[in-house]
Amino acid sequence: MQKDGIEFMREYLKNTWDGIYTVLVGMRITFKHLFTPAVTIQYPEVKVKLPDRVRNRLYVNIDDCIGCDQCSRACPVSCIEIDTVKSIPGEDLGTTSNGKKKALWVTKFDIDIAKCCYCQLCVFPCPTECIYMTDVYEFSEYERANLLYKFSALNQDEAAQKKVNYEKFQAEKEAQKAAAAAAAAAKPKPETPAQPSDN
Amino acid sequence: MYQFFFDLTGNVIISTLAVALVPLICILLVTLFGVWLERKVSAWMQDRVGPNRIGPYGIFQTVADFIKMLQKEDAVSSEIDGVLYNIAPVLVFAGSFAAFAVIPFAATIIGSEIEVGLFYMLAVSSFVVAGILMGGWSSNNKYSLLGSMRSAAQIVSYEIPTALVVLSMVMLTGTLSLTQISELQTSSFWHWNIFGGPGWELSKFLLIPFMVVGFIIIFISTLAEVNRTPFDIPEAESELVAGYFTEYCGMKYGMFMLAEYGNMFAVSLLVSVLFFGGYQSPVGYLGKTFGIEWLVSLEQFGWFFAKGWFFIFVQMWLRWTLPRLRVDQLMTLCWKYLIPYAVINLVIIGIISLL
Ligand code: SF4
Ligand code: SF4
Repeated sequence: MQKDGIEFMREYLKNTWDGIYTVLVGMRITFKHLFTPAVTIQYPEVKVKLPDRVRNRLYVNIDDCIGCDQCSRACPVSCIEIDTVKSIPGEDLGTTSNGKKKALWVTKFDIDIAKCCYCQLCVFPCPTECIYMTDVYEFSEYERANLLYKFSALNQDEAAQKKVNYEKFQAEKEAQKAAAAAAAAAKPKPETPAQPSDN
Repeated sequence: MYQFFFDLTGNVIISTLAVALVPLICILLVTLFGVWLERKVSAWMQDRVGPNRIGPYGIFQTVADFIKMLQKEDAVSSEIDGVLYNIAPVLVFAGSFAAFAVIPFAATIIGSEIEVGLFYMLAVSSFVVAGILMGGWSSNNKYSLLGSMRSAAQIVSYEIPTALVVLSMVMLTGTLSLTQISELQTSSFWHWNIFGGPGWELSKFLLIPFMVVGFIIIFISTLAEVNRTPFDIPEAESELVAGYFTEYCGMKYGMFMLAEYGNMFAVSLLVSVLFFGGYQSPVGYLGKTFGIEWLVSLEQFGWFFAKGWFFIFVQMWLRWTLPRLRVDQLMTLCWKYLIPYAVINLVIIGIISLL
């Protein structure tokens, strides 16, 4: 399609004008932004407030833990490992903050936070609400092993000691039972025939 | 300036080196400061903060980068064309460095007072094209090659409007010497060429609009010649990685960077010589009032740098404002808009200067 000269010239000049004008408009906008304060949050120095229900690093308040293993079983990636040893009579483990009596020594409570997917599924089943999310999110490490968090209040020796104690107690109980059984076997059994007659 | 150093040392070689050192140091400082300013300006325009860790306002960021660059291993791919590959960065840098030889930083500070400074500058800056083509070709990389092809096409095309505007300025001033052009626009901003040059005749006022047009044309076309956005298709990051210097690293890459900022500075200075009085102060000199000779030189140097930096700032401003042009748009702008306007402008300025 052939445009006539005048029309062509008009369009040409309009293009030129548009070109210059739009560049100037753009430049005015960027110039204004030159003096707008930055919106950047300078992260390590300034931190934004996190929302209430953020999911970050787990924390276990081991004083409240009754070692029920429910959190471990809820975890979809099996990153919580719990070992418990029963207490022996005479040992007082105290109660949890909501009044539950503790009966188990938690000899091992390891969370491999490197595996954790922050799903928070372990938090809900806990009967004492002692495993929960904190707002700590800066915990990178150079060694992967450092991400294995150990929450148990007992050190290895103590844990072993508890185990030995329990085993000893158990053995004693076995022995007592065996002794009792032996004693029972040795005795004549007068009541035994009487029992069916009760029915 | 050569004479000054010659008188000082009495040795040809030492004085030559000393003269050559001045623009070299200028380019280095301009690059260091320019990269920093580029980052800061881009950050501010995008409402960010920009470098702020090393030194006050991150001013030493580029120094740190430079040191890092010097220490880098010179990794080369096995399929390159060795000789050309190694010559290319040197050539590109030499081209932009050589342009500084004729730029008068002050009435007394000039590398070489040749009569055809303007011509020399145009000629030597197209030297860069050879280097860019070499780099792109020898890298044996499609991005490099595409980048260098685009760059060559672009620089060669945009030299035409630049040359036309320069020609009209030569017609007006009647000289090719950059020092003389600066001298003509004596110490008041009303005498600058953008305001029609010295004198108070009618022709001066008639010239003003055409001078503005000429300034706009030469600013656009020099912007394209130094491959800056919106004319950065040779190194379009989003398409070509880094264009013709994709395959370079370490100090060779650094040479390309130096050349880029050197070129930016050179064209900014050229524009300010042609239209904004070069090293002339817009208001007069303290040194002349007090009769101190060296202070005048210092002031001129300062004014010249200030003007150069202003235009560099405008280049950055444009970079962070406008998107990149397509290749066809680029060629349309040059051949269908800039060149016709430049020719008409040339004719009109010619007629007016005859009056
Ligand atoms: S948050 Fe999810 S993945 Fe992490 S320990 Fe709890 S249940 Fe396991
Ligand atoms: S669910 Fe709570 S109480 Fe039970 S083992 Fe886990 S942390 Fe301890």
